[in-house]
Amino acid sequence: MRIYPAKPHTVYCYGTCLVDMFDPEAGLDAIHLLELQGLKVIFIEKQTCCGQPAYSSGYTNEAKRVAASQMALFTEPWPVIVLSGSCGGMMHHHYRRMFQGDNIQSHVEQFCDRVFELTEFLVNVCRIKLEDKGDLTSVVMHTSCAARREMNVHVTATQLLNQLCNVALQEHAYESECCGFGGTFAVRHPAISQAMVEDKTHHLLETKSVALVSADWGCLLNINGALEYQGQSMKGRHLASFLLERIGGK
Amino acid sequence: MSHSSAGPEHFHAQARSALGDPQLRQNFRGAMDYLQDKRKSAFFDPVEEAQLRDLSAAIRQRCLSKLPQLLEQLEANCTRNGIEVHWAENDKEANDIIASIAQRHNAKSIVKGKSMVSEEIELNHEMAKLGIECLESDMGEYIVQLDGDKPSHIIMPAIHKNKQEVSDTFALHLDDFEPTVDVDELIQTGRSHLRQKFHDADIGLSGVNFAVAETGTLCLVENEGNGRMCTTVPKVHIAITGIEKVVEFLADVPPLFNVLTRSATGQAVTTYFNMISSPRKNGELDGPLEVHLVLLDNGRSQAYQDEEMRKTLQCIRCGACMNHCPVYTRVGGHAYGTVYPGPIGQIISPHIMGLEKTKDLVTASSLCGACGEVCPVRIPIPEMLQRLRTHAKNPPKADIMPLKGQASGASTLESWVMKGFVLAATSPKIYHSATWSLSKLNAFMPNHIGPWTQCRTSPKPADKTLHQLIKIRHKKKSDKP
Repeated sequence: MRIYPAKPHTVYCYGTCLVDMFDPEAGLDAIHLLELQGLKVIFIEKQTCCGQPAYSSGYTNEAKRVAASQMALFTEPWPVIVLSGSCGGMMHHHYRRMFQGDNIQSHVEQFCDRVFELTEFLVNVCRIKLEDKGDLTSVVMHTSCAARREMNVHVTATQLLNQLCNVALQEHAYESECCGFGGTFAVRHPAISQAMVEDKTHHLLETKSVALVSADWGCLLNINGALEYQGQSMKGRHLASFLLERIGGK
Repeated sequence: MSHSSAGPEHFHAQARSALGDPQLRQNFRGAMDYLQDKRKSAFFDPVEEAQLRDLSAAIRQRCLSKLPQLLEQLEANCTRNGIEVHWAENDKEANDIIASIAQRHNAKSIVKGKSMVSEEIELNHEMAKLGIECLESDMGEYIVQLDGDKPSHIIMPAIHKNKQEVSDTFALHLDDFEPTVDVDELIQTGRSHLRQKFHDADIGLSGVNFAVAETGTLCLVENEGNGRMCTTVPKVHIAITGIEKVVEFLADVPPLFNVLTRSATGQAVTTYFNMISSPRKNGELDGPLEVHLVLLDNGRSQAYQDEEMRKTLQCIRCGACMNHCPVYTRVGGHAYGTVYPGPIGQIISPHIMGLEKTKDLVTASSLCGACGEVCPVRIPIPEMLQRLRTHAKNPPKADIMPLKGQASGASTLESWVMKGFVLAATSPKIYHSATWSLSKLNAFMPNHIGPWTQCRTSPKPADKTLHQLIKIRHKKKSDKP
């Protein structure tokens, strides 16, 4: 179990490259959510990508160079809030692994300790209380495998949705099963990835939920692409945008 | 129908063919759901589950940490008990050892209890060349053998077939079989065909689940009783095992047995648990007159050399990683083209067969972590896969023993793509101009981008990046009076 610090006055926001390119509004919404908690949010202009694509493809040295460049940007001892469980897992766990035995190991570990995924930070550090101002609706959530198994933040994401009194959170079949993205896995093994994402969309649609949310844009890129290909009206959004909208912050 | 595959180097084609077989997909989904539920109900208390897995992992790590000494101790104690111990560096040596024992006894038939190691060395095939028949007596393996097929799972070899398909197999190969889909009747049919074979066989061959160094005892876990038949009825018993299966103490066995059966089939115990400690002694009425133990390396010491890779050898062959793997569930065991399929197969096969043949296997995982989540001895399979991917792409470092086939997955094009990625991700200017261009080119994004758009629309970058929106936001804030 992770021990959480007291609420700070300032945090860094790590948008992730996918949010940066595909859903920048979600980044602004997450920042807004954090600001509503009374926090000053710093977005470092020079941030890029956590390096996961290289790491999971076996290019560890390349990933280390990217990691080092990112860590160097967050010089103050403030928490780094990551808008994805998967990038959060990379920066919280895998940075640690990559630099094991390295002369900057202790420095890296201090950085890793400061990395939090958005929902875990909102729940466990901010102790957020959400007041639902929206109409009755139903929602189904997808959590990335890293969010679930590396960061254990499917729990906190669920807690946030459960705080919304007018939102019925639906469970779907095989909820803990991978959507088939896995970064380069989706292009290296397209046929298997296709089978996985088609099953995932089937199970999500089966719930007949009005909305689909996820706190991971990797999975959403995959699931949304498949839903749109199938001509479905369901479209996944980042959890931050959904939450902000429900509490009337948008 | 035979599902036999051509090898791991044909993984892509084999996976595609499996994905295109709706019956196979349905059989696997059903079987995996069943096994996942069984495991879940066997580990009903998560606290106890965590403790048992910690304990089992610790036992396996301790035993592996002294593997060379324990193997010597095992050999000494087995020998003292009257079990003859043989060492095999590779599959050929193992087959030669078994062949020489068989020839010494002028044996014509070997009846086998399930042994994945005998699959690994292709024993049946090699013995057939010498005119020795090997007959599988595990029901699943028997069905697979009738089909001229290979196991698709390490615990449940015929899990890819449903009862109708088993009935069809029997109808095709067994003379007096009245087609039925009654499972009990099917099993009874198989059993009655095997009965006489046990009696007539010259040699019984089995695997080993745990080899106890302290006492020189070979433990065999099974449900059908065929293992006991193979190890007691014929006058010669040959046990074959990978060198990693040795445990230090007899007391190490109960906790491992406990997590093995619960993880594999959700059972608290199996119907049979055999402990073989010697050949038949004077005055005893049954049991083999000779017991042999073949200890096989076949790439395991390569995994052993590297302290991180050594965790691969903690495996107790329960199959839980396969049962929970979304890739295995969809493509089945044959697609992998290896003796050990699924996640454990993806990390052990490179050591047995080399990375040249298995480099596609190590990428055939979304690294979802389901395998690591259920492994009873806590092998960090996703981390091992990531490590093996690194070995597939990079030449060895001076201080680390190279892996068989190291760097065979290196690709100039891919390494240039990665160089480009590093350049963009470490240089904000290049990153910003790249993301900026992507957002500007949104309207021109091609509708088809390789394999991605086989089942998805092409991803559409937003008009402005988060970086741009934040700049605008800052400007608005500072413009306010």
